[in-house]
Amino acid sequence: MLTKRIIPCLDVKGGRVVKGIKYRNLQDAGDPVELAAFYNEQGADEIVFYDITASSDERETVRDLLERTADQVFIPLTVGGGLRTVEDMRRMLESGADKVSINTAAVQNPHLITEGAERFGSQCIILGMDAKRVPGVSPRRWGVFTHTGVDGGRAAGRDAVEWAIQVVELGAGEIVVNSIDADGTQAGYDVELLRAISTAVTVPVVASGGAGTMEDLYQALAQGKADAVLAASIFHYRTYSIREAKEYLTGKGIPIRL
Amino acid sequence: MVTIIDYGAGNLRSVTNAIGKLGYEPKVTSNPDEVLAAKALILPGVGAAGDTMANLNRLQLTDPTKQYISDGKPFFGICVGLQVLFTGTEEGGWHTCLNIIPGQVRRLPEGQKIPHMGWNQVKQMIPHPVFEGIPDETNFYFVHSYYVAPDDQALVAGKTEYGINFCSVIARGNLVATQFHPERSGEAGLRIYDNFLKLALAGEPSSKTKEVT
Repeated sequence: MLTKRIIPCLDVKGGRVVKGIKYRNLQDAGDPVELAAFYNEQGADEIVFYDITASSDERETVRDLLERTADQVFIPLTVGGGLRTVEDMRRMLESGADKVSINTAAVQNPHLITEGAERFGSQCIILGMDAKRVPGVSPRRWGVFTHTGVDGGRAAGRDAVEWAIQVVELGAGEIVVNSIDADGTQAGYDVELLRAISTAVTVPVVASGGAGTMEDLYQALAQGKADAVLAASIFHYRTYSIREAKEYLTGKGIPIRL
Repeated sequence: MVTIIDYGAGNLRSVTNAIGKLGYEPKVTSNPDEVLAAKALILPGVGAAGDTMANLNRLQLTDPTKQYISDGKPFFGICVGLQVLFTGTEEGGWHTCLNIIPGQVRRLPEGQKIPHMGWNQVKQMIPHPVFEGIPDETNFYFVHSYYVAPDDQALVAGKTEYGINFCSVIARGNLVATQFHPERSGEAGLRIYDNFLKLALAGEPSSKTKEVT
């Protein structure tokens, strides 16, 4: 049986792993290469390396860092952040990434998803989505946001579930669903959002944003129907180890690679 | 010499890195003569089998690869590197492949999330040296939408369940190929490569160029 994946996420800025709350108040959480090696050793199922550096002149530094990180891990590595073209994707894959995650660029140019999938295969192209609840509507809806690093982001004018269906048609092989409302709060994933997207698409869905307890991981997988859970703070600050989380989930009947 | 075929696609860096971790210094090449001269040949792969075939043809690597394998020399295929060994694939319309192993490459059945992405168990169907030290039902990392269906079931060394019970490891003489990615399957994946290379390079004491740390 296919197991559910536990994925630590490294948000990298200025050569360091950082973590904030709702994308603000960033705090240092360690060296990316060391942390990646540590998580590889601990039994993480994948690692996400997310470059939250805004400026393009720092890109080369990021590639060097990615290469050194990739050399430390023998599990899948996804890289995201600032990728705008198929050429950007190719360089990241050559630097050791197995998958690339695109977000803002895909909203601006949805054809990029198809180009990437045709060039590298759908399994390589991960659509990262930042979604936020639309207040005061019933039934519940979520809007897609871009540029989340800056001033709370910009509304993309798209419905999250409709966008998810569209990106799969365009060739995305997996969707990382990040809840802006929940990100960094450690108050739990947006389980309703996860469930709405996971049941609407035929590709794997990764839960992101809000993990604070092992119960949150369980809820995202069991109630949210996610195929994987991504978390940063709880692992970086050693609230729980990957191993503890995996044993907990196994105890709750979730198929997990121990 | 461990030789990795470079056909302009694929996750070369992670495969090279994994082989390097085991203490070998692999040669990455798209030179047909170097492919023929390999002592152990690895064909990595991501993407579509049809594209891989087009690339192998373009680089004139198809004939040397077939020749190398039919000479019975040690060969390891990974993911699409397994699929291209077959007669043909239905991915993106019918594409003829290397036809080294009679059978077809088919799309995974609907009703499951596709691609099949993540860690899943491999049931060992036969005892084989590549499985040495690896418990039955160990998890390996998969990412694919198509699977291989060999005509000859005796070649199936490992099986995995995902909607159907599909062939995830092929073994025939010195040829081994996996649907999963050993280079992304942690310790167990490295162990499979190590087992294969020990088998392939037996009697070549100089093949390891550095001590494993």
